[in-house]
Amino acid sequence: MAITLWAVFTVTFLLMHSVPGGPFSAEKKLDPAVERNLRAKYNLDAPLIEQYFDMLGGYLRLDFGISYKMADFGVNEIIAQALPVSASLGILATLFAVTVGLTAGVLAAVRRGTIWDFGFMSLATLGIALPSFIVASLAILLFVFVWPIFPAGGWGRIENLILPSICLGAPYAAYIARLSRTGMLEVLGQDYIRTAYAKGLPQRTVVLRHALKGAILPVVSYLGPAIAGILTGSLVIERIFAIPGLGAHFIQAATQLDYFLAMALTILYTAVLYTLNFLVDLSYAFLDPRVKLS
Amino acid sequence: MGVSTPRLNPEAAAEAAPVAVRRAASSELERYAELLREARFIHGVSLGRDAWRRLRRNWAAMAALIFLVVLSLLSILTPLLPLRPPRTVNLPRQFGPPLTSPLFSESWNVPSDEQALDRMLDQGFGQLGFFSQWLLNLRVEWFGDWQLNSICGTDLLGRDLFSRLMWGSRVSLAVGLVATLVSLVIGVSWGATAGYLGGRTDNAMMRFVDMLYSIPFIFVVIFLITILSEPTKVKPWLDEHDIDRIVIFFVVVGAIYWLTMSRVVRGQVISLKQNQFIEAARTIGASQRRIIFRHLVPNLMSIVIVYLTLTIPSVMLFEAFLSFLGLGVEAPDVSWGLLANEGVNVITPVKIYWWVIVFPSLALGLTLFSLNILGDGLRDALDPRLKNR
Repeated sequence: MAITLWAVFTVTFLLMHSVPGGPFSAEKKLDPAVERNLRAKYNLDAPLIEQYFDMLGGYLRLDFGISYKMADFGVNEIIAQALPVSASLGILATLFAVTVGLTAGVLAAVRRGTIWDFGFMSLATLGIALPSFIVASLAILLFVFVWPIFPAGGWGRIENLILPSICLGAPYAAYIARLSRTGMLEVLGQDYIRTAYAKGLPQRTVVLRHALKGAILPVVSYLGPAIAGILTGSLVIERIFAIPGLGAHFIQAATQLDYFLAMALTILYTAVLYTLNFLVDLSYAFLDPRVKLS
Repeated sequence: MGVSTPRLNPEAAAEAAPVAVRRAASSELERYAELLREARFIHGVSLGRDAWRRLRRNWAAMAALIFLVVLSLLSILTPLLPLRPPRTVNLPRQFGPPLTSPLFSESWNVPSDEQALDRMLDQGFGQLGFFSQWLLNLRVEWFGDWQLNSICGTDLLGRDLFSRLMWGSRVSLAVGLVATLVSLVIGVSWGATAGYLGGRTDNAMMRFVDMLYSIPFIFVVIFLITILSEPTKVKPWLDEHDIDRIVIFFVVVGAIYWLTMSRVVRGQVISLKQNQFIEAARTIGASQRRIIFRHLVPNLMSIVIVYLTLTIPSVMLFEAFLSFLGLGVEAPDVSWGLLANEGVNVITPVKIYWWVIVFPSLALGLTLFSLNILGDGLRDALDPRLKNR
């Protein structure tokens, strides 16, 4: 993980510095004296290798430098403000995806071949095919304007969170539903399930206590990619719903050529992704005793 | 799909039985003649035809296939269709709702003067390639003043949405196809080579893929695009060399999406490598290159086609995603992602212009949905064992 982070850091650093001109060559020219001072302050005239280690050191101390475009804001402050927003959105979306996806998948598997099964699975195929920003725009149209039960965007209240996290989680809920249905069907055909039925357990107990634990494994291994997808999806969702999270800042930094901020956020996203994937791997080992941690 | 699996059909087998008894007495030459005659009754059912038969029974996949074929034909022939010009600004018709009657009207005033016409076409359609220009001229000749009404409404600048959707489909579909082909070429060559050579080379090549896999590319790509749109030096240089965002997109997607393809192909090659026909080819002295590209790659086709139909939607989605964020296709070019973005941008509580959101979403959604269904159907058809996996 550390190696990948370092690789991403190096690549982005080199990319950033391979651009001629640098941050001060915007349309509005700075006073040369001011520019010189700034350059001296942030050590921009030093040789590349020195800047590289400077910046690497800064990142190791969790000091991500300054933003080029937003006055009075260091990258750290921006992250400190935006991270909780994005995190709560992401956590809610993941929870939504897992609960709804699992419920739908298990129901579809238990009632295989009924209208429930067909309905849930068609919905799931649709959910996988539709990108989250389309789901989001249609949802806004329906639930904000046609049938106004949610606010359109913004941040601060609980209602603000619901619609974005549903839209963000929807495609992953769909995928999880499909995975858990397949997993459940496989488990339900096994001998120990028949034994459980044979000793007179009610269906509810069999499904929830015996089958679910086996069926949940493919879902858990999908959680890694799902989290990656939710992280990227949050870029558009935050933009559509005007949520002041990391994704919104990242896109803004990208469109406004705020290199330092964009670079810091790239690294941050990578780090978050890795940490979460690592946690998913750990939980896998807990759920399936056959998997040994190495 | 080039491999045929010879299969004896029942009639031929029934006729062949008495022939075999007679054959014992006849001479060598006659025996060969018999063999030839027998062979005439044996029809090889190629894997492709077999799969096609299975696919035809899957009505959902067939509907998706027909939809996609019609869509691609229409988008290729877009300049020929009597649509309103996609770039003509018409402010009085700002956010005009969809109109369906009259469906066609003689309202496009084509000037008789050659130069005025050229100017008008330039303004309305932008610079076109040779083929599109030819189609457009044909359209002016055939349809004259006739044009379709704004059946999908108009946008912020009064431009016809349906026409923009059709022109956008050209960009979206082309991006999906070309970028997928780029990744296909890289992925298949890489995977086939690694799988065939095996050993240490394979190990090194696959570790490289693993390494690239672990990089979260979307963020790096966005960062890259940021860098490449730097206005003072990089952008002019790129413009000078005719490299626009679409080209960058092709390169970037080609660089990312081949990873999975190469893994899949490598796995398949490793299992194919054990087969006798490869050994036979090696025995008669075929070069490694020839074995890889003439014997292995054709056998990979089925798995590659399946993966292809599943890659195209994800590439299109990626393009739409970037365009939606304002980092993909640039105006005045249009793509579906860009149109969806325009739709979302004009959401206001005052008045609902539903058509600017619904129609682009519908176009993108339907196409992605059909591609997914077709991909699933193809997978089931080409490899029935994988069904419901």
